[in-house]
Amino acid sequence: MSSIGTGYDLSVTTFSPDGRVFQIEYAAKAVDNSGTVIGIKCKDGIVMGVEKLIASKMILPGSNRRIHSVHRHSGMAVAGLAADGRQIVARAKSEATNYQSGYGEPIPVKELAERVASYVHLCTLYWWLRPFGCGIILGGYDRDGPQLYMVEPSGISYRYFGAAIGKGKQAAKTEIEKLNLSEMTCREGVIEVAKIIYKVHDEAKDKAFELEMSWVCDESKQQHQKVPDELLEEAKAAARTALEEMDAD
Amino acid sequence: MDLNMDLNAPHSMGTTIIGVTYNGGVVLGADSRTSTGMYVANRASDKITQLTDNVYVCRSGSAADSQLVSDYVRYFLHQHTIQLGQPATVKVAANLIRLLSYNNKNMLETGLIVGGWDKYEGGKIYGIPLGGTLIEQPFAIGGSGSSYLYGFFDQAWKEGMTKDEAEQLVVKAVSLSIARDGASGGVVRTVVINSEGVTRNFYPGDKLQLWHEELEPQNSLLDILNSPSPEPMNI
Repeated sequence: MSSIGTGYDLSVTTFSPDGRVFQIEYAAKAVDNSGTVIGIKCKDGIVMGVEKLIASKMILPGSNRRIHSVHRHSGMAVAGLAADGRQIVARAKSEATNYQSGYGEPIPVKELAERVASYVHLCTLYWWLRPFGCGIILGGYDRDGPQLYMVEPSGISYRYFGAAIGKGKQAAKTEIEKLNLSEMTCREGVIEVAKIIYKVHDEAKDKAFELEMSWVCDESKQQHQKVPDELLEEAKAAARTALEEMDAD
Repeated sequence: MDLNMDLNAPHSMGTTIIGVTYNGGVVLGADSRTSTGMYVANRASDKITQLTDNVYVCRSGSAADSQLVSDYVRYFLHQHTIQLGQPATVKVAANLIRLLSYNNKNMLETGLIVGGWDKYEGGKIYGIPLGGTLIEQPFAIGGSGSSYLYGFFDQAWKEGMTKDEAEQLVVKAVSLSIARDGASGGVVRTVVINSEGVTRNFYPGDKLQLWHEELEPQNSLLDILNSPSPEPMNI
């Protein structure tokens, strides 16, 4: 279901007669073409996972990171144009460091999300800048507990207990809603996120993919880090098994 | 007596300032003397200044410098509170004061004690002396009068006092310091900050306990004019 905004979609500073800014909507389409990115808030922390579609067999596994640490206590998973994502991550890191220098304590996740959203929104206000073609899932753990935010190319940011962006976001959201997140620990959450990503991956359209996951929880001492290797392998194995069981039906 | 008083000397708060944590909050205390050289410019000053609803600061050293630093930090904290959507923490207030003190150390002469209560850490005291160090302490003393209190606190301070014990300790300490430090005097003001809010208290100078060699307050010699004539002596 796409609408053509002929004539009103050439500039981000033009509204259409029905009150839409088409350039921003097109930016969101760029995000929808990217590999799925999921974030969930468990009772003791946040888990984020990315379906990294492998463009070429010659790319080294583990390169092309999609999840970045912004500060000790928070991380960001990016979907959409990777180069745009790099800019946003750099800005977020800078905001976090400046806040820490000025106020003497780590930036609250809510504050960080607001600043990232403001920055993304900024680039939708001027004709000489194009909007970012990225969706961001931001997860952090501060003194108010674990929090998950999602920022869209329009600059909107909401707080979620489960969020998904990219190709398989509809299917992923359905799966997330089935989970009982308030009772789940991050250890269990890692397995579930892996299962969902494997499930929504479209074997027909896309070839191989690499699963990248990170968490910030009590077990990681409220630091944002890559999910430990053995747990990641365990999650991948569980996901593959679940997929086979489904196919076997 | 030196009649050539320099009335244009910068106002300095000789001062005794104290901040003490107790089980549930903090008590801040100070004397009330502001001097210009040897002249007491204000004998009833309020050296405990509000930064936010839950954070106060005790000021010492140059009156002007400490007022300006407090004013800037109050402004920054106000904006920070609006952005954050909840009260600022004591640590953030102390850090803002420290940044101003450190980065302008060549121009400023002010020692500050920041004290308050927030829901994450409870009651906290931070000392920020002249150079701009920031140090979190269970209790802090500052100002010229504090020299006379180091030994006293070594002996009298204990962890986990009640609110009344802590306030009595602060009043006693400021009072002792006023007795010995010429640049401290007047009344004792205290501010108690805890989860329930803020309470200001006032202890008039002439109602304080007398220490070693202190004389009873002398009333005005004008009382002699109003007193009845003495009885004639009977030899």
